[in-house]
Amino acid sequence: MPVEIDVTTVYIEDRPYPMDPEQNLLHQCLSAGFNLPYFCWHPALGSVGACRQCAVKQFKDEHDKHGRIVMACMTPASDGTRISIKDSEAAAFRAGIIEGMMLNHPHDCPVCDEGGECHLQDMTVMTGHDYRRYRFEKRTFRNQYLGPFLNHEMNRCIQCYRCVRFYREYAGGADFNSFALRNLVYFGRDKDGVLENEFAGNLVEVCPTGVFTDATLKRHYTRKWDLEFSPSICTQCSLGCNISIGKRYDTLRRVVNRYNGEVNGYFLCDRGRFGYEFVNSERRIRQSRLRTEAIGPDAAKRHLRDLVASNPGVIGIGSPRASLESNFALRALVGPDRFYAGIPSSELELLRLMLDILRSGPAGTPSLREVESSDAVLVLGEDVMNVAPRMALSLRQSVRQQPIEIAKRLHVALWQDHGVREVLQDAKGPFFIATSSATRLDDIATECCRGAPDDVARVGYAIARALHSSSPEPQDLADNQRAFVESVTNAFKMAKRPLVISGASYRNIGIIRAAANVSRVLPGATLSFITPECNSFGLAFLTGTSLEAAIKAKPTAAIVIENDLYRRLPAPEVDSFFSQCAHVVVLDHLENRTTTRAELVLSTATFAEADGTLVNNECRAQRFFGVFPPSETIRQSWQWLGEWENLDRVIADMSGGVPGLSGIAQAAPSAAFRMSGAKVPREPHRWSGRTAVLANITVDEPKPPVDLNSPLSFSMEGNPDQPPAALIPFFWSPGWNSAQATNKFQEEIAGPLRGGDPGVRLIEAGQGEGIPMASRAAESDEDARLSAPNRDRQGADAFNGALFASVPSAFQPRENEWLIIPLFHIFGSDELSRAAPAVAQLFPDPYLALNADDAAKFGAEASVMGRNLPVRVTPGLPQGVAGLPSGLPPLEGIMLPAWSGISRI
Amino acid sequence: MIYNEPSPLEVKVISQRFTLPNSAAIDTYLATDGYLAVKKALGMTPEAIIDEMKASNLRGRGGAGFPTGMKWSFVPRKTDKPRYIICNSDESEPGTCKDRLLMENDPHQLLEGMMIAGWTVGSNKGYVFIRGEYRYLIDIVDRAIAEAYERGFLGKNVFGSGWDFDIYTHTGAGAYECGEESALLESLEGKRGIPRLKPPFPAVVGAWQSPTLLNNCETFSAVPAILRMGGPAYAELGTPKNGGTRLFCISGHVNKPGVYELPLGFNLLRMIDEVCGGMRNGKKLKAVIPGGSSSPVLKAQECDVPMDFDSMAKLKTMAGSGGVVVLDEDTDIVQLAMRTMKFYQHESCGWCIPCREGTTWLKKILDRFHEGDGRSEDIPLIGELARNMLGRTFCALGDAAAMPTIGFIEKFRDEFEAHLLKTQDPQSPELIVL
Ligand SMILES: Cc1cc2nc3c(=O)[nH]c(=O)nc-3n(C[C@H](O)[C@H](O)[C@H](O)COP(=O)(O)O)c2cc1C
Ligand code: SF4
Ligand code: SF4
Ligand code: FES
Repeated sequence: MPVEIDVTTVYIEDRPYPMDPEQNLLHQCLSAGFNLPYFCWHPALGSVGACRQCAVKQFKDEHDKHGRIVMACMTPASDGTRISIKDSEAAAFRAGIIEGMMLNHPHDCPVCDEGGECHLQDMTVMTGHDYRRYRFEKRTFRNQYLGPFLNHEMNRCIQCYRCVRFYREYAGGADFNSFALRNLVYFGRDKDGVLENEFAGNLVEVCPTGVFTDATLKRHYTRKWDLEFSPSICTQCSLGCNISIGKRYDTLRRVVNRYNGEVNGYFLCDRGRFGYEFVNSERRIRQSRLRTEAIGPDAAKRHLRDLVASNPGVIGIGSPRASLESNFALRALVGPDRFYAGIPSSELELLRLMLDILRSGPAGTPSLREVESSDAVLVLGEDVMNVAPRMALSLRQSVRQQPIEIAKRLHVALWQDHGVREVLQDAKGPFFIATSSATRLDDIATECCRGAPDDVARVGYAIARALHSSSPEPQDLADNQRAFVESVTNAFKMAKRPLVISGASYRNIGIIRAAANVSRVLPGATLSFITPECNSFGLAFLTGTSLEAAIKAKPTAAIVIENDLYRRLPAPEVDSFFSQCAHVVVLDHLENRTTTRAELVLSTATFAEADGTLVNNECRAQRFFGVFPPSETIRQSWQWLGEWENLDRVIADMSGGVPGLSGIAQAAPSAAFRMSGAKVPREPHRWSGRTAVLANITVDEPKPPVDLNSPLSFSMEGNPDQPPAALIPFFWSPGWNSAQATNKFQEEIAGPLRGGDPGVRLIEAGQGEGIPMASRAAESDEDARLSAPNRDRQGADAFNGALFASVPSAFQPRENEWLIIPLFHIFGSDELSRAAPAVAQLFPDPYLALNADDAAKFGAEASVMGRNLPVRVTPGLPQGVAGLPSGLPPLEGIMLPAWSGISRI
Repeated sequence: MIYNEPSPLEVKVISQRFTLPNSAAIDTYLATDGYLAVKKALGMTPEAIIDEMKASNLRGRGGAGFPTGMKWSFVPRKTDKPRYIICNSDESEPGTCKDRLLMENDPHQLLEGMMIAGWTVGSNKGYVFIRGEYRYLIDIVDRAIAEAYERGFLGKNVFGSGWDFDIYTHTGAGAYECGEESALLESLEGKRGIPRLKPPFPAVVGAWQSPTLLNNCETFSAVPAILRMGGPAYAELGTPKNGGTRLFCISGHVNKPGVYELPLGFNLLRMIDEVCGGMRNGKKLKAVIPGGSSSPVLKAQECDVPMDFDSMAKLKTMAGSGGVVVLDEDTDIVQLAMRTMKFYQHESCGWCIPCREGTTWLKKILDRFHEGDGRSEDIPLIGELARNMLGRTFCALGDAAAMPTIGFIEKFRDEFEAHLLKTQDPQSPELIVL
């Protein structure tokens, strides 16, 4: 969306600069490359004028020699404004502000986890304040226990109010606040306890000093300058947030946000930030093994080759958590006909349908930035916070879009955060949620509508119908559904940028079709599908055959990559599959039930040791790069499976061989890329211990490991200039050691990274290069079959023009049986972060979710699907519907939704 | 109850009922022209009332002295939003104790003033925001409100006009900052008492996002009299552009401290000598804080001056809230500066750094200085820190702390230096002769 902006001229030190009058001077000065210190302003949080650090001198006109001090963050960059940053009075004032902040600051930099990447350190140096005149005692605070993710050291606080603004106002948290007044202002909870908000971890980067630091990093602490970084992609949900991963020695030490203007912006969710520790897990497979014997990598590879040669019917089972390259390598090894997706058909078919819908448009699929700027949102059947957490944070901002018009009308500048919040008060734009139980975004919803998955689909269809008469009409809606439909329709008709969100959580085809219909009859709408895993779409690009089909094929040999099949299908089915399979090869990095069934286990790289491409929920292909040097024993799946010389060769074969993937090479520069002949260093130039790290083994300085797969070096050597956006290992710029250095990498503050945000979109709105929608109509029998619970009642679907035609019938509760739906948990439902100790502390225990009426019937415990589980009252569950947490052992592998009896114990 | 003997020099306009028995009762009020003004107002157009207010030259009694009629004219009337009337009775400025008397002795006068304002700007709801420490006043005002409802003066269809008006009391929680109008609004809305950015001013975007007319308690209390006597007659009582009378709260080293209603422009020395019976114990006058603790001090030789907003501004100080603190020759200015800063440090809301850290540091320096452990570099540092706040903090509390401090240190630098000499060990190598 090109936005036309006026350009005005602002004079800084009497020289003219073109600036955006809609912005404030601080924002524009930073965009123009000036170093102006600040604290309370944050590019995503706007200005509040609390810290007074960004003071500059403003002059009335060119004759005014006196001027007056103003706060740059609170002053619009209007035409003809004349300011001086260098002015001595302004400079002295800024140094005075730092001096004020330092009165009580403990000056504990040497033992502070923030040291070396501290905005307070940077700004102190920038203002030149260096001499302490305060001769009194410092005040001290008591610190709090805030849960497994964050340390709290309140004495370091400079009271900039960023944390509380982020936590409460931006992220919607309620259990954190500022307390007391004068120089005793305290930021924390009313009592010790785990922070409830799923984005609390961002305080690590939001806080300009060391009050909130990463508690997982603390357990294996290393300074930023001593970490080796790689640009990576979070693998813990389908959104593909960009992350920077840092390692030292042989452990991964932490994850921080890697700004991507289109995707995650400045923030991550806590699963993404703290779930990384599975990489260091005890359960890692660090050595290949044949049955129970460890074997060397060459022997392992030989065994694999022999096995494939002697079993011509060998099949490959891919994975939605493995990279495109690894899946492709398996496909290439066994042949496309014998390559299976490794996920059940109920999921795969939905993914394929979503891709078809996106290909044929006309609704485009939005990036998270676009989600954030949507002005009316309908969520159909997704608990966004627990399935795609970072999107929930974007949605929290989207509900501000419509009310923000009020601020515009009153001429309150949009960057003036408290002014805008004052004007908006509690006003929220249209945001509608139709799900089968309560979600963590209900508090910002205009209206919620609860119903069984089929009823969610019917409500979706009814909305499409109300917007356009050619969409089919569901019969006999209940009054509450009708009212909900009317509210959504009215809001959508008024909206400029409406958005429909849906996905595969309930494995319900009707919901996806209904979402497609709504997006198609609504001009200007975008449609966002949430997929279950980090490369679900990538996998669906590669194959259309499901895990059930693999089982049906009764192969004698199977190769499974990065996939625990026991999480995909019920254990008896997986057991019998493995039993009838003479040879099973498993490539994975954590021990699981599937690896125990393997004859040959190949120790495989995690995302931190691998390079590859993932396709996120907006079909953005993004490249990630490993931070660990290549290892003989631990290899990437595609390296075990093939003989490619490097990643680029895999990509070349794949983009030539798989329809729809031709663009992926552009996701990042190839391994041959050099900046002035040099690679991009993974290590900061201050990285220490280069010669000492291995001194206990050898005093020779070893040659840095060679990276054949990327233009990054495992060294501090390389070109120190800014690399292309997809290759930025960490944000650092002279004088800017903290995460705020991001400023220096953007085309404009909070805008795209220089040269464009990373990633290539494989599908743009309506540009179908795959199968046109109409042709899939022929498979309508297949489609109808997919809506599992209602299989028998679902009529054949057919397109009416470009619209889906078959509306599911209303959900009928059964006598003595419940439809059990999956319920998702940000901490617990994801497979890999389960092996991260900090995240593991927050898992729920398995439970049976019932509505209040049912819960009263069964009491504290009940038996379902052969298990006794504690009962948890879950608001919103309709009559006849119950829930089980998804992915929580021992409940993983149960195919939900499914009908089941529940009995009293 | 009144706390001091009235003076014959007083011109009693808003304090006329203070000495009546049962002065707070509605019947007392009705017997003395009560609720006539609002009835008159209900027959007038808002424009006519605003003209009357402008003609009265009434200026806000909360501290800034903003022309009240003009403020009333800023409230947009063509809006579908509710409009609110808020009386600022948070009275916390040291040296100020007049709103208290107005609420204690004549609450109906205040209610009537708020009603007139409500009618003028088309509001249906008023709040009296009373400082939490004034617990007993909340009961008095609540009782007056209840009486007014009983008589049908408040609520639906006020005096048969078809216009509805409700008034509620609301208490602060004991923070000076919550007397600052925008912090007051935050507090009223149930949030932390920190100030808002201005503009937008409360008149346009105030309580709950709606146009809000906010005046001091004394300002509202003057309104009924203005409507009864007419704006020009009220203006006549004072000096040009400084209409009417105000309650001067005179404290300190005088024989008869008290709250006296005097016309604006009344000479300060006459106030001390004729109204307050002269200096206590026959001491000499050293200085006067003319308008509450935020106003820079006047030296004795500056005190032959009419007490109104403009004359004070000419002397680079403020008429402020009418709190006049008279100081005799024995007053320890260092101690006064220390005590003043102690107040502001305690009351800083903690939002912005120059005020939050500046007041803390200044308090500590002044404490130590006063206790006799001062350093020669303290004197310039006090000035520097205060000037670092002036005009550069988020709200005017920072200025309120800086202005008097700068005043003390500039006008009485000699006393600071003498204090240093007196307390420093003459043998100390640190001693630097200033
Ligand atoms: C720190 C601070 C404290 C204040 N406290 C009071 C107060 O207690 N009572 C009051 O009427 N005005 C107080 N004011 C002034 C108000 O902000 C506001 O200007 C006044 O109530 C407006 O009423 P007026 O126009 O009738 O004077 C305070 C201002 C500041 C900056
Ligand atoms: S804790 Fe950090 S973010 Fe919060 S106010 Fe203090 S310094 Fe600012
Ligand atoms: S000047 Fe700043 S810290 Fe002081 S009261 Fe105002 S906003 Fe609060
Ligand atoms: S950054 Fe401008 S006042 Fe804090």
